[in-house]
Amino acid sequence: MAISSQHLIDFILSQADTTLILSQRNSEWCGHGPVLEQDIAITNISLDLLGQSRNFYQYAALLTGGDCDENKLAYLRKEREFKNLLLAEQPNGDWGQTILRQYLFSQFQYLLFEKLQNSNDEQLAAITTKALKEIKYHLRWSSEWVIRLGDGTKESHTRMLHATNELWRYTGEMFMPANYESIAGVDFSLLKEEWNKKIKSIFEEATLSIPENVFMQTGGKDGTHTEQMGFILAELQYVQRAYPNSEW
Amino acid sequence: MSRSNYKRSFELAGSEVPPLEGFREAHIWQILETVCDPEVPVLSILDLGIVRNVKLLPCSPLGDGGKDGGIEIVITPTYTGCPAMDMIAMNIKFALIENGYKNIKITSVLSPAWTTDWMSEAGKEKLKAYGIAPPNVKQQVCNHDLFVPDKAVQCPRCNSFHTHRISEFGSTACKALHQCDDCKEPFDYFKCH
Repeated sequence: MAISSQHLIDFILSQADTTLILSQRNSEWCGHGPVLEQDIAITNISLDLLGQSRNFYQYAALLTGGDCDENKLAYLRKEREFKNLLLAEQPNGDWGQTILRQYLFSQFQYLLFEKLQNSNDEQLAAITTKALKEIKYHLRWSSEWVIRLGDGTKESHTRMLHATNELWRYTGEMFMPANYESIAGVDFSLLKEEWNKKIKSIFEEATLSIPENVFMQTGGKDGTHTEQMGFILAELQYVQRAYPNSEW
Repeated sequence: MSRSNYKRSFELAGSEVPPLEGFREAHIWQILETVCDPEVPVLSILDLGIVRNVKLLPCSPLGDGGKDGGIEIVITPTYTGCPAMDMIAMNIKFALIENGYKNIKITSVLSPAWTTDWMSEAGKEKLKAYGIAPPNVKQQVCNHDLFVPDKAVQCPRCNSFHTHRISEFGSTACKALHQCDDCKEPFDYFKCH
């Protein structure tokens, strides 16, 4: 297989993996949200992300050919084969941490997909154009919540500071492209500038400051994950591993 | 061909549509009209604008009146993660099989992306009668500003525009939660997309 085809598959898989893992994390809130409406909101976002990951997996399976399909890609790959961002696999923590993780990601995903919607690759353009419509809702919802909690009570503000300290070290990875990401034709340093500008304005409104001189953790895009990942896959893949080839 | 092109081709030059094919296609559109959204059963998949195209594959001259030539139905998902889509594809197949069609292929396309602007006017009326406020024309979703209330959504029960949004996420991917400030009833709003 040509290098460029393998790069495209890897890039599509990285998008599929990040949306799947974040979806899985958000879905842990189902039935546990702080209020019913917000429980429904986070699980709706989880469902949208799952839909996006299915589109990406189906496309990756098509490009791979043979008997590859979306279920094999999601349920039968090992931890080191997953290319998701480390940010996506981080634990939910409290509601504030979940909200911040979603906001940091949605802001990134929005800016990235805005560029990918003009991709020369028709299917990649179609998937991201469609997803952008939903991401706008995710971004608006999570931005509002970051502001509400950051600029809220003393307690909520303290929790958002804690969440920022927990998550910031996983944001640098988004803008450090893996080898295969050259296929996307995206200028990641420009993306970083745009992202920083947006984050700065929301953080200011939320009375939160952006941490400085933080060492950035990397590795997710190339399969080196934090200790969280094994636990997620153990739950996510349990049924397929225990009962191979079982179908819903 | 698409539904509107198909209708127009009849109007403009009925003779250009081969009678057998014309009959088959009209029949298929009639069958599709009977397939409903499992989550919002008052809407047919045609009301929603899910069916993008019906393609007839050439049928053998020895066939049973044109029913075994094979059909491709092109659909587009409403929301990326909507679990109803798999069921809709299956129900389309069942409805066509029940009516004697074979060799049915359902193809899902993502582009152009589905929008609530494709929902028929009849569909919007049916939604309202069912108690769900139909989508306003596409505008809020394009608005990035935070903490901005939705443009007035009309209460499907008492018709008041004096309503507010409780949450922009609701019981299904396509709905938001609203409440009427006059009759106090909470209601679903089919959000614009």
